[in-house]
Amino acid sequence: MKWLRAAAIGFLLIVAGASLGANFVAPAGYAHQFREEPDAEPSRQHLLGTDDLGRDRFSRVLYGTRVSLLLAPAAAFLSTLLALLIGGAAGFVGGRFERVVMAATDLFLSLPWLFLLLTVRALLPLNVSAITSVGITFALLGCLGWAGAARVICADARGMRQADFVLLARASGTTGTRLLLRQLVPNLWPIVLAQFWISIPVFILTEANLGMLGLGVTEPLPSWGSLLRELQSYPAISSQPWLFVPLIVFVVVVGSFHFLLRTEELPA
Amino acid sequence: MKRIGKHLLKLLLTLMVGGFLAATLVRLAPGFGTDEEQLDTRLNSTSLESLNKDLSPKENLATFYVHYAARLLRGDLGMSRTLDRPVRELIAERLPETMKSVVLGLALGWLMGLSLAVVTVMMRSVATDGLFTFLCGVLLCIPAAVWALLFVLARAPERFILALIVLPKIYSYSRNLLTRSAGLPHVLTAYAKGLSRGRIVAWHVFPTAAPQLLALFGVSVSIALATAVPVEALCDLPGIGQLAWKAALGRDLYLLTTLSVLVTAITLVANSGCELLGSMFRAREA
Repeated sequence: MKWLRAAAIGFLLIVAGASLGANFVAPAGYAHQFREEPDAEPSRQHLLGTDDLGRDRFSRVLYGTRVSLLLAPAAAFLSTLLALLIGGAAGFVGGRFERVVMAATDLFLSLPWLFLLLTVRALLPLNVSAITSVGITFALLGCLGWAGAARVICADARGMRQADFVLLARASGTTGTRLLLRQLVPNLWPIVLAQFWISIPVFILTEANLGMLGLGVTEPLPSWGSLLRELQSYPAISSQPWLFVPLIVFVVVVGSFHFLLRTEELPA
Repeated sequence: MKRIGKHLLKLLLTLMVGGFLAATLVRLAPGFGTDEEQLDTRLNSTSLESLNKDLSPKENLATFYVHYAARLLRGDLGMSRTLDRPVRELIAERLPETMKSVVLGLALGWLMGLSLAVVTVMMRSVATDGLFTFLCGVLLCIPAAVWALLFVLARAPERFILALIVLPKIYSYSRNLLTRSAGLPHVLTAYAKGLSRGRIVAWHVFPTAAPQLLALFGVSVSIALATAVPVEALCDLPGIGQLAWKAALGRDLYLLTTLSVLVTAITLVANSGCELLGSMFRAREA
């Protein structure tokens, strides 16, 4: 399986490199309209054709990938950090504090994600710009996705609280923050890393679902959700199979993250 | 009985806290008291002022919550602003449709996922395991909304999408649970004594993994309900998922929060039921 992992890393690096360098690689800006060429077929100038507004689809795929590949890990970082703070503290302190925190976590886990996201998204002011909407969408994902990870981290931290090395550290006079930072956090690292990797494909998929429902990143900024939304033009799909290219890239990217995940999970 | 009572109390408390949080979220949201009409450039300043006055919150947070809770206790779920109909009526009309999809999706997803997991554990073949894991991995990478569109294109029965979304999760978790159970000393002893694989799985592997499988069932209810939103919205199925989507687009906050609390209640009941059954199972095993 090592070669598959290497292939997944290689593919992700290529996609990440191309999307980060979209300003140089893309033939046009994501919002630039070729008004005389709407719905154009793939050509040398437009590798994946143009959309109904005449925007170069290849450029939009690159910029959209950049949005998702930059912000999904950022959201994953936020949610994992929250999970580490909440779950780690609950597991470390224990007792009534742990019970209260875990009850709140259970409540959060019972709330159906997508319904909650729809609600919070609908609560936002009307006049949000595209950049703000993208930030808000991924920040919401980060803020709402900590509960599952917090439960796992709490269980691990609870187990460590009674571990021999912690008892030894306590016996040698290490307490409080020092014990937390020097003994517990380094040992929680593998599980924290695994939770981080688990969250990335989940957030990418959730953003895609939200975007396809018209509640994700707003136009003209592209994201995978808005790119996949093009599949809704049913009559066009049979005559324009290249509309499936963003979907294929999407599936391979999410699949690659899953491949990384399987090996990252092992130390946990 | 004591255990059931404890679970019911926990459920009620969680719902009350959830309802309070939902009401607070609605009231404090930056978008509360705003409407798309306010962006209409054709409106003059007097019309805008009157619209703003109509939409502006008339109660403080405490009064708002007391009124909200009192209405809920009376069974009054309010009116949907966008659809201009009582929320209770809308839910009564659409909930059965969603529940039909969820039940069918869960039944199919569990049947297929668990069957694949059992086959993997029984065959103990790397190739079978690799093939099923790969197939489920591919299913896991496709968003529910894309499945919905593909099913509409292929004119396939949309209710099966939920099964496709639930299947890979059921497979991967139940495979791990069953594999772990199959490695326990008493199961290995059973293998050594020459018991048939089917008998070992049915009598030794399943009972050990049952409490965790029940917990997984609770989680799968939540996944299926969340998947109902894109599926119903894009396949035009008149369930509460489509209602939530319409409410989100129309910023119908009362309807949206009521739906969220309702779905939370269903998830909590499913989780509590599974937890209760799991603990009863564990007690019997002990």
